[in-house]
Amino acid sequence: MNLIKIIAIIILTPLVGGLLTGFDRIISARLQGRQGPPLLQPFYDVLKLTEKESIEVNSMHRFFVYVSLVFVVFTTLIMLSGGDILLAIFALTLGSVFFVLGGYASNSPYNTIGSERELLQIMSYEPMVLLTCIGLYYAQKSFFIKDIISATKPSIIYLPGVFLGLVFVLTFKLRKSPFDLSMSHHGHQEIVKGITTEYSGKDLAVIEVTHWYEVIISLTLVYVFFATVSPISHVFAVIACLLVYLFEIIIDNSSARVKWQHALRSAWVVTGVMGTVNLLILSFF
Amino acid sequence: MVAINVLLLFPLAVALAIFLVKNDAARSMLVRIGAVITALLTLVVVGIFFKDGIRLSSSIEEIDLIIVVVEVIIAAYIITLGIRSKRYVISIFSFLQTAAMLVFEFGFKEGITVETAIVFDKLTAIMILVIGLVGSLICIYAVGYMKDYHNHHKEYKERKSFFFSILFLFLSAMFGIVLSNNLMWMYFCWEITTLCSFLLIGYTQTEEAKNNALKALVINLGGGVAFAAAIIFIGMNYHTLELSVLIQMKPDAVLMIPVFLLSIAALTKSAQLPFSSWLLGAMVAPTPTSALLHSATMVKAGVYLIIRLAPLLGPTSVGRIVTLGGGVTFLTCSLMAISQSDAKKILAYSTLANLGLIVICASAGTQESLWAAILLIIFHAVSKSLLFISVGSAEHQIGNRNVENMDLLMGVSRKLAFYMMIGIAGMFLAPFGMLVSKWVAMKALIDSKNVIIVIILAYGSAATLFYWAKWMGKLVSKVNMGHKNHHELSLDEELPITILAFLVVISCFTFPLVSRFALEPYLTEVYKKTALIPIETSDIKLMLCMLSMLILLPISFIPVYKNDKRRKVPIYMAGENTGDNQTFYGAMGVKQKVEMRNWYMEEFFGADKLTFLSNVLCTAILVMGIILLIGGLA
Repeated sequence: MNLIKIIAIIILTPLVGGLLTGFDRIISARLQGRQGPPLLQPFYDVLKLTEKESIEVNSMHRFFVYVSLVFVVFTTLIMLSGGDILLAIFALTLGSVFFVLGGYASNSPYNTIGSERELLQIMSYEPMVLLTCIGLYYAQKSFFIKDIISATKPSIIYLPGVFLGLVFVLTFKLRKSPFDLSMSHHGHQEIVKGITTEYSGKDLAVIEVTHWYEVIISLTLVYVFFATVSPISHVFAVIACLLVYLFEIIIDNSSARVKWQHALRSAWVVTGVMGTVNLLILSFF
Repeated sequence: MVAINVLLLFPLAVALAIFLVKNDAARSMLVRIGAVITALLTLVVVGIFFKDGIRLSSSIEEIDLIIVVVEVIIAAYIITLGIRSKRYVISIFSFLQTAAMLVFEFGFKEGITVETAIVFDKLTAIMILVIGLVGSLICIYAVGYMKDYHNHHKEYKERKSFFFSILFLFLSAMFGIVLSNNLMWMYFCWEITTLCSFLLIGYTQTEEAKNNALKALVINLGGGVAFAAAIIFIGMNYHTLELSVLIQMKPDAVLMIPVFLLSIAALTKSAQLPFSSWLLGAMVAPTPTSALLHSATMVKAGVYLIIRLAPLLGPTSVGRIVTLGGGVTFLTCSLMAISQSDAKKILAYSTLANLGLIVICASAGTQESLWAAILLIIFHAVSKSLLFISVGSAEHQIGNRNVENMDLLMGVSRKLAFYMMIGIAGMFLAPFGMLVSKWVAMKALIDSKNVIIVIILAYGSAATLFYWAKWMGKLVSKVNMGHKNHHELSLDEELPITILAFLVVISCFTFPLVSRFALEPYLTEVYKKTALIPIETSDIKLMLCMLSMLILLPISFIPVYKNDKRRKVPIYMAGENTGDNQTFYGAMGVKQKVEMRNWYMEEFFGADKLTFLSNVLCTAILVMGIILLIGGLA
């Protein structure tokens, strides 16, 4: 039973994540007045990448990408099986750090810039993500997602500020403009190809699949704010996830990449205001 | 009983013997043997007393007398030193505390009996293990390091006998601090560690070293004054000199005065803001000194005292003040570490930050937070000593200790780079120790309603991640393979590094056991309430699972891809790569070297600005504490 569940999570998550990315590309195209690719285009892309010849600059750097994928999958498993949200975030951070190390290991100037920027992004969003976990613990007295989503009242009632702060920093995690400093889907504002410059073929495919998992992880964080013990709330939670994703797509298409100073400052200020005020108020009751 | 005396006196005897031996080879052997026996003694003592602990009374008057005599001699030395170096504050501090202690000893101590002078409980056992094992490994390392050190620095006078004997004296004093229940004894050992750190920091006798040594002396003597004042206050008002009696009292407004004073003493020793400048200055000393000061000894004495005082701190306003001070230290030092490129400086800032974290956890004073604090001491001691000594060796291998140049290390000494990575991972990555404790700390702080501190933790952790990860990044990037290795790693260096690296990993696997057999019984006893491991079993399983996955990682270092059919290409440099991945064609076709630098973000995290601000903030917090005490609101 457990094994089936684990396998299901491992297989279904990237499928849904990939579909969402396809959806993203259609919406983005429409926003830009284009027709856009078919919904399944991300899958075609990844399949094509796996058939390409893989070239590399040294034998070390791709290894980190695989490890990164392993830990991101691990995070997904913890989250979707209702585990400890804080532990999941720590595992996710571990995955992200490996991804960054891969950039360094390639020793290429463009990858290194991408790595520094990716690190900066992690530093920018990390406080808010941690405060989200802490806020959920405050509201529901548990770090376990299975407890949080079986509460009688949705967490969003207690944590509106934290939620808004989270939506703000999810832009980093979903790699959306204006905070897509380390790697971007918008060629016109990218330094070559950011942290992924030296990856090709299968390795690039792995990075893409990792991102699908990360999309689901990000949206799960949104999900837990709305889900409660009543079954209907899960429908609302899914709708909320889709709305947040749509919102991020619109932001992505309507803004240009900002300087890193601005990214760091705005993320930390928003965290400070939204997270702190919300938690302080909560702690008084 | 005998075993404990031997443990206390053996390092002292070794110190004396080393001081007298002038032959280099014989002395090195003596240090090695002394260190190994100290480590074994530690294990024996802990083995004997771990289960039931022991409380010893002391009926020997002579000990007190000897202590007084030694104190007076030390004071005389320090006072003349202060006058000679024109730092009269030193003389004043030393005179004040010694005079006050003498008056107290002979005028008012009559009638105060100390029932139990030595207490050995589970916490003592942990501290002794940390001091004994990590400390003696550093001593062994010092043998190899100092040889290289004097080959590199011919300009410094060679005073190795002195150096090694102070190292052992230091260990002995540290054992004394953690074993004493008699505050007078603890104070005595406390002052010895102050003196030892002064002597070690000033080892090279350059202007800078002398100044920094004096700075360390001033600040720690200041702490000593607070300690002495606290003892006298406790003796006069409560007619006791026992720590164990003190912590069982009801925390009322009057009792908070000595508790505050003791906390100040602890904060100076643990180099918390605004008293942190001495630890940053201590870097001028040879690396084994820094390793010792930062990991097993000195700074750990401060947090040890706070952990002992924890039941009195807890939710009282003094506790809150100390927690807040630790919080500010944790946050600002984590931020400042980002702007540093000197490896030892990064380590120093990270020590300050981590001690801040330990202070937070200890002074929050709940069972869970104390659990985190004690584990932090263990994890921090092993990881930090590993990092310091591997940086010391790396410095000898690549010629300097700038993190920017550590991309050479993988090519020069793969092993060293790898152990350094283990140390760094131990400091901040997920299944490793520091993070486990940080996690529990967060939970405990939420439960004890310290919202502001939790938010500080969230920001500080993000900054921590940044500076460690970029250092690790330098280690994994492998450039300039042509660099020649100047030194082979000597066995004296390699052995402690290897053992510590294993200890980092082992401590992460075994923390549930440490919790079960040491922490839970200890906390249950202190709080008279059953303590439980604050992490769910399912989480521990997941973490051990992650750890096992990470252990498999070194596979990447074994060239399994030897038969790789993949095509190797030069790295992308906009088409101008000359083909060696090191240079590109610049303007006019000139070959330019590629240089990749990490980010330091001076304008955000520059140390100058932040140091001033954070010192002001922490001073204000302490002043607020004093005002609260005077107002009787504490």
